[in-house]
Amino acid sequence: MAREFTPKVVTANDLLLGDVIYQTASGWTRELDHAEVLTDEADADLRLIEAAQQINRVVGAYLADVVPQAGGPAPAHFREAFRARGPSNYRHGKQEDDIAPL
Amino acid sequence: MYRYTEFDTEFVTERNAQFRAQVERRIDGSLTEDEFKPLRLMNGLYLQLHAYMLRVAIPYGTLDSRQMTALADIADRWDKGYGHFTTRQNIQYNWPLLRDVPDMLDALADVGMHAIQTSGNTIRNVTADHFAGAAADEIADPRPVAELIRQWSTDHPEFQFLPRKFKVAVTGSPNDRAVTKAHDIGLRMVERDGVAGFEVIVGGGLGRTPMIGKVLRDFLPREDLLPYLESIVSVYNLLGRRDNKYKARIKITVHENGLDDIRARVEERFALIRPQFSGVDQQLLAAIEADFAAPAFKSASLAPFEAAYSNDPIFRSWADTNLSDHRAPGYAIVSISLKAHGATPGDASSDQMRLMASLARDYGHDELRISHEQNVILPHVHRGDLPALHAALKDAGLATANIGLISDIIACPGMDYCALATARSIPIAQEIATRFDELKLEHDVGPLKIKISGCINACGHHHVGHIGILGLDRAGVENYQITLGGDGTQDAAIGERAGPGFSADEIIPAIERLVLAYLDLRTEPSETFLQTYRRLGLSPFKSALYPAEAKADAA
Repeated sequence: MAREFTPKVVTANDLLLGDVIYQTASGWTRELDHAEVLTDEADADLRLIEAAQQINRVVGAYLADVVPQAGGPAPAHFREAFRARGPSNYRHGKQEDDIAPL
Repeated sequence: MYRYTEFDTEFVTERNAQFRAQVERRIDGSLTEDEFKPLRLMNGLYLQLHAYMLRVAIPYGTLDSRQMTALADIADRWDKGYGHFTTRQNIQYNWPLLRDVPDMLDALADVGMHAIQTSGNTIRNVTADHFAGAAADEIADPRPVAELIRQWSTDHPEFQFLPRKFKVAVTGSPNDRAVTKAHDIGLRMVERDGVAGFEVIVGGGLGRTPMIGKVLRDFLPREDLLPYLESIVSVYNLLGRRDNKYKARIKITVHENGLDDIRARVEERFALIRPQFSGVDQQLLAAIEADFAAPAFKSASLAPFEAAYSNDPIFRSWADTNLSDHRAPGYAIVSISLKAHGATPGDASSDQMRLMASLARDYGHDELRISHEQNVILPHVHRGDLPALHAALKDAGLATANIGLISDIIACPGMDYCALATARSIPIAQEIATRFDELKLEHDVGPLKIKISGCINACGHHHVGHIGILGLDRAGVENYQITLGGDGTQDAAIGERAGPGFSADEIIPAIERLVLAYLDLRTEPSETFLQTYRRLGLSPFKSALYPAEAKADAA
């Protein structure tokens, strides 16, 4: 029996910034809780293909597991938690106060 | 110090111009990531977890104040005001923007630096003893040979697409501070009947299959070095496995084919190519040696040192821990710790880099070194200047007296930065250092090397740590495995796995139990952790790590 599809987001690194980005319904965001949650496998595969085609915008797009919550999707795995938050030794990257929107 | 020749400058300038155009073509979409990736890796540019990372080579760990200042300026202008010094004597910038990288490379080229062959399946930055040219126990300075190897291996047409990356380390001292037995090729200077040569060690490495290097030639005359190295790498290039990334390093080639088979192939190849080396390399080497001539050491009063040593306990503690014997009378080698308790191992702010540069200029014959243990060395400081030097370091948070002690931890960037990591390393290092500082035990514990890797690739050298810590992902949770008894010196040994791993919360108390057990087990304060481990083996340490199991066994 096929494994049940779990909710996902499309994530990648931004070509110019290098930062972790997530696909929204209309573009990309640097914040996981604004990402579009994909609950249908065929839809997720299609969205990933669309993301991967944006070669001068994103690098290394893939589907990451998330747990949908009231405030938006939360990471399912600790690696995704670190990607969503930034490093733990300095308040750099997404933890800086004035991160530029995409 | 070696300065770029016109040839070096032209080569780097041309490569930078090529890369600038490649970045432009990537940004406008003419190059896909699959096309661009090998090009950026050839120039030291990685894409990590949160950002690009630029890895800059510091050949054999040597730089001058001008270069260190340039590294600081680059950190301020294009990064976040700091740099991370690595176990391969490189510096990494963790936050460059893709568009800025060509400018960063140009700024590096202005001071004779680059990021070429810091990645990819090539011969990487050649590393050397960080005390080279200064150590009291040295036969000769290994850096001229390291520079010769750098020139030979840079853009070597035969060796740009090796089966896997290839690392060479050189030491001129019988006390191996360059971990030569954990490199693809390790070279140790030796003398036989008054003739200088090398012991050639091959097939060492850490990573998922750790191996101690094996002696391929116990004595290689100096003038045979390049043709012999070329023979080894060319045998590996043909024989090394390209079908499986995890079996592609030369350590596996040596392991699968046997040392005798490799030796026979290398000797056959050597006989063929040796006549092609007409001696030009030896002329080059002689010129390079002149560049590495020792500075004009001064004679000066030791009184300031003696006064500070007797009157200032903080200075005394630092001097006892952070100085090493120099070959010149009145001089010392200063290790500047980049391991302040609770700080990120190997990180230096741009201000700290500038200060170290100015101290090198004022007190250190304008030389700095980066050690594989992620500290900065001032190799030539007169003892009379040490009190002033120490005062300046103290003001900048650089006077931590912990070299070789439990808080002088090697840690890879781990999952805070690295895309390959399976767990974090940095917070574990920070917590261990902070904990033992609170306990005020580290000087009592004495020499103890803790090395932490955030994945099986072992950039943090955990296999050769007296205590090694390996961070893994166990069912979606960070988990830390302990190995004991590793050693990266001339008596190199791979640590033994102690047992099941610990969670992030459990690992610090586990290390504390281990170290307290050592204090109970040692015969006297001068018996080091490693000596105690070698005398008693794993068992008593295992009982300390897993007290519940030990109790169950006793019942």
